Amino acid sequence: MTTLAPPSVPSSETDRRLGPQGVRRLFAAADASFAAHLDTFGPLPRGQAGPDLVAELQRAGLDGRGGAHFATWRKLSAARAEHQVRRGPIGLGRGRAVVIANGAEGEPLSRKDAALLALAPHLVIDGLLLAAATVGASRAVLYATAPLLPGVRSALRERTDARDVTLVEAPDTFLSGEASAVVAAVEGRPAVPADRVVRLTASGVDGRPTLVQNVETLAQLALLARYGAGWFRSVGAAAEPGTRLVTVSGGDGRSPLESARTPGGAGRVLEVTGTMSLRRIVEATGIDPARLRAVLVGGFHGAWVPPEAFDLPFTRDALEPWGAVPGAGIVWALADDRCGLAAAADITAYLAGQSARQCGPCLNGLPRLADVLGRLARGDRATWLPGEVTRLAGLVTGRGSCHHPDGTARLVFSSLQVFADDVRQHLEGRCLAGVSSTSTGPGESR
Amino acid sequence: MSALDLGRSASSSPQAVGAPGSRRSGPGRGAAASMHIDWTLCDGRGLCTELLPELLDRDEWGYPVAVGQPPASRSDVTVPPELVDAARDAVALCPRAALRLRPLPLPLP
Repeated sequence: MTTLAPPSVPSSETDRRLGPQGVRRLFAAADASFAAHLDTFGPLPRGQAGPDLVAELQRAGLDGRGGAHFATWRKLSAARAEHQVRRGPIGLGRGRAVVIANGAEGEPLSRKDAALLALAPHLVIDGLLLAAATVGASRAVLYATAPLLPGVRSALRERTDARDVTLVEAPDTFLSGEASAVVAAVEGRPAVPADRVVRLTASGVDGRPTLVQNVETLAQLALLARYGAGWFRSVGAAAEPGTRLVTVSGGDGRSPLESARTPGGAGRVLEVTGTMSLRRIVEATGIDPARLRAVLVGGFHGAWVPPEAFDLPFTRDALEPWGAVPGAGIVWALADDRCGLAAAADITAYLAGQSARQCGPCLNGLPRLADVLGRLARGDRATWLPGEVTRLAGLVTGRGSCHHPDGTARLVFSSLQVFADDVRQHLEGRCLAGVSSTSTGPGESR
Repeated sequence: MSALDLGRSASSSPQAVGAPGSRRSGPGRGAAASMHIDWTLCDGRGLCTELLPELLDRDEWGYPVAVGQPPASRSDVTVPPELVDAARDAVALCPRAALRLRPLPLPLP
């Protein structure tokens, strides 16, 4: 994992009171220690927990940073309301809420939650404690993959107010961070998604009201509780205020999966805002945007954004025409001498292998989809292949208990759209890989 | 038709819309409903597609596909009033108990 090195800004009393200035917020502390955390942000504002914090979250417009962009205040409000209903005479305390900090970023190209837990664990812990106090939870859990747990355990031991936080290990699978899979893991069952007919905030862990929040969402909440909605909104876009973490990788000769498997972890973690363009974000990591064919936004369930859209701001509204959302902040760059279909087939084959194998359309459909797309990518010139890819992606959409088939289909549809030239070339026995996009002839360039 | 008759008398699931005992809370006859498919239970036996050919087709592996429904309604299939009885039978007869009928689809985040 590479992260932009935090500048050694001496913290001042002003910063501690007014909040970090600029866009370096989550990584504003000098190091991961509790001492540096206190020095930078001051103590946990426990008095802020409760309805006032929910209202502040609503004013701030903080959305979930695990990928779904769901309004944080709505989830806290729902879990709190359910908890209070159950606290009545019938509940007898057995229905008390559970809050889970979700640090299982199953996306192979994402490193931001790992970076956050390694470099700023105390903001996550603060957020978890504040959320738990706000909804009235009797149990607070931090869920993360094995390599991250020792660091988190040390962080918990550094402070006296987090003794009751329990750690649950997340398996290293694509779907282990899906909210119902998280609940299953906390219940001691295999971490696979479940069929859901009620929200987890109404019935989650052992039937108790359960709030599952991404660790970055909780860290942002910890800052918001201290410095308020006005501070939060002082950077970023009006519709997407504040900062968000992104993981940027690619731009070289590696496939998406090869990028993810790079020893030490692929990608650089940056704190960005919705006023920054994709071009600026990519450039900040040393990748030359002029030498890219497209950028994958939102991870393996995401969508490709072509060069003509690189100057759009990194927001849902701006990226919507491309079917892309910032989501969990994953950005992977496809170099201009690489084949878009090969990258898409690489990802689709991985996703097919990551099916939880519970739902028939996903279990059967994704391997078939990966097979047909793989044939197209490898140069099979059968003219029915693109149509069959489209049919299969359409067939699996909406037909699973989680969104794995839908997300896979989204990636495939986006690939067929953005790499339409590649499809044509492959059927004619050629490939755009190695051909610079600026040197293709008329009618071949986009 | 005996299977259908059996289905009606067997629809004892407390979740079943309009089933005996739940008439007062669920929509009565004449109201549209939503049929939820639990894909983790379904193994493509296909009984539902025989009982509800107007609503459900089968894919090449035998699993039900809601006909002409938007993606968001393919796991929570909108059942028009005239098919609610047949849907109730499908719920009761599904060998995997993978179906349930509900008054309203509840979109989840």
